[in-house]
Amino acid sequence: MRAAVITFPGSNCDRDLAVGLEMVGAEVTRVWHKDSALPEDIDLVGIPGGFSYGDYLRCGAIAANSPICAAVKAHAEKGGYVFGVCNGFQVLTEMRLLPGALMRNAGLKYICKTVGLEVGACDSDFLSNYTAGQTIQVPIAHHDGNYTATPDELERLVGEGRVAFRYTDNPNGSDRDIAGITSANGRILGMMPHPERAMEEAHLSADGARLFAGLLGAMTTA
Amino acid sequence: MKARVHVMLKNGVLDPQGEAVRHALGALGFEGVDGVRQGKVIELDLADGTTEAQVNEMCEKLLANTVIESYTVELS
Repeated sequence: MRAAVITFPGSNCDRDLAVGLEMVGAEVTRVWHKDSALPEDIDLVGIPGGFSYGDYLRCGAIAANSPICAAVKAHAEKGGYVFGVCNGFQVLTEMRLLPGALMRNAGLKYICKTVGLEVGACDSDFLSNYTAGQTIQVPIAHHDGNYTATPDELERLVGEGRVAFRYTDNPNGSDRDIAGITSANGRILGMMPHPERAMEEAHLSADGARLFAGLLGAMTTA
Repeated sequence: MKARVHVMLKNGVLDPQGEAVRHALGALGFEGVDGVRQGKVIELDLADGTTEAQVNEMCEKLLANTVIESYTVELS
């Protein structure tokens, strides 16, 4: 699998994401936000966590309009894989590649801790190493992770099996406990928790590594 | 010319920050504050001849997230 990880000014999980992908065997190219093209033959674009542009205006709003994002959109429209973590999820909603929006946490506090996630019954290669209904442990670290969407949109996400992860104990007020969702074709995943920070037992959980390994495995056998 | 853009969370979207401000006002002894909604004001210095339609487009593309926010534009 060939992956590109984008760095915006203020990204701070870009290296973690790149290393996480490399740990499962992906070939990773780092891409700068001012680049207007992705490397050729890229399978996956990773949009990392952090505080792109200092969260000015709205989290992810400025990054979503940066030069590289036109190429990301074209990649997604061709059916390419896109993975957004935390601020990356916010960027994907601002780009309208995923529905809804991430608002300030209901408790108004920044939350940094490991949480339980229930894996959804989602037809997505990102989840191929998980079983629907199982609980995994992955850290969150965010101030604006309160997922919201219109009632119709929420119904559609649930009805189409696009809720990838739900919090087992909702930390931030997200509608329907949503922690991560996919696009209709399952190729785009956005999630607030950080699987790249749960790669080995020294991280207290290696459940995140299975996401990357699962994607790689699904693409290799496809 | 100038434009002033007001961006507010849409009605029906819970505003946790506004709620926190409402509680704080109550704690200060201000009674009867039944609701607080917090938004933002963005002032734009614009070339003469910029149309309201162009400012609306700026709002749609960047200044507001119309999934959760509504906006109004005042030109002066």
